[in-house]
Amino acid sequence: MNDVTASETAHEHKALETAGHGHAEGQQHPLGIYLWIWGLLFVFSTFSYMVDYFQLHGLLRWTLIILFMLVKAGLIVAIFMHMRWERLALKFAILIPPLALLILIGLMAIEGMHTFITRWGAFVR
Amino acid sequence: MAQDASITGQPGTVEGLDGVVADWSGDKQAFPVPWGKAMMWIFLLSDTFIFSCFLTSYMNVRISTTATWPDPSKVFALNIGGHEIPLLLIAIMTMVLITSSGTMALAVNYGYRRDRAKTTALMLATAALGLSFVGMQAFEWTNLIVHEGVRPWGNPMGAAQFGSAFFMITGFHGLHVSAGVIYLAVIARRVWTGFYDRKGSYETVEVTGLYWHFVDLVWVFIFAFFYLW
Repeated sequence: MNDVTASETAHEHKALETAGHGHAEGQQHPLGIYLWIWGLLFVFSTFSYMVDYFQLHGLLRWTLIILFMLVKAGLIVAIFMHMRWERLALKFAILIPPLALLILIGLMAIEGMHTFITRWGAFVR
Repeated sequence: MAQDASITGQPGTVEGLDGVVADWSGDKQAFPVPWGKAMMWIFLLSDTFIFSCFLTSYMNVRISTTATWPDPSKVFALNIGGHEIPLLLIAIMTMVLITSSGTMALAVNYGYRRDRAKTTALMLATAALGLSFVGMQAFEWTNLIVHEGVRPWGNPMGAAQFGSAFFMITGFHGLHVSAGVIYLAVIARRVWTGFYDRKGSYETVEVTGLYWHFVDLVWVFIFAFFYLW
């Protein structure tokens, strides 16, 4: 009799522990923050669409497109993917390696311009 | 003593830069997260490199071509009531994908609240939105192939590389969305049948969410570089 009660209490205690603690259960945050980010993503998507709709050109177009893109990407990674609440070690492991891509992009841009000049010189001029 | 924290500190307890050192040098599990989440993040990191290579090669061919690049604003315009509205379908697709990201975020939240019905419903809503995204993409592809005459090797509007870059990038993304829809359906079924209640953890829903948000994240970059450029 006593044994059964003891094991039942232990079981209940365990259930309470897993259900009660936010952080023991992973990433739990108020619903409001998700709704806010959701709204912001809509707003910034509309903004970037407007850039095209009003046919903005030149430096202004590129600044706005890149800005809205980075804001949206940041919001998705930080809030929706919970990166903001992860440990710094995980943040570094995931967010630093992609920076190497900047080198690739830079090199390929130089290479592309070189090819363009060569083609222009050989076929167009 | 503060310096010693990085040497003697237990992984997962020290904060800041010392925490990075403690976590990496702890001689055991580096990331105090469920292994499924760590593995999903590492997979997404590799996927980041794949999509970046596609977008970088697209940039490279676009810079190097001497032919004019077709104007995406016109190519992807939708004719409604005699008016050409630029990028309308793409804008709708973007909104659909963002909406699906929102429902997924809520599904993860309700999962941790152990609300089986709401979690399942929200995951299925996410899958349905994903499916409609793929449907609109199929419509867009059909329109481009049949009516605009775009082929991977050429098109009537300008630079031949337009088709190959377009089909490769959006096709690979669409494949990710399609795989995500199947993934979501499988996990939603498990949520509904109480699999994660028996397991005692809803972390798998969050891991599924990571994948889905990544698909949305990639679209943000495709939208900016391919459609708006």
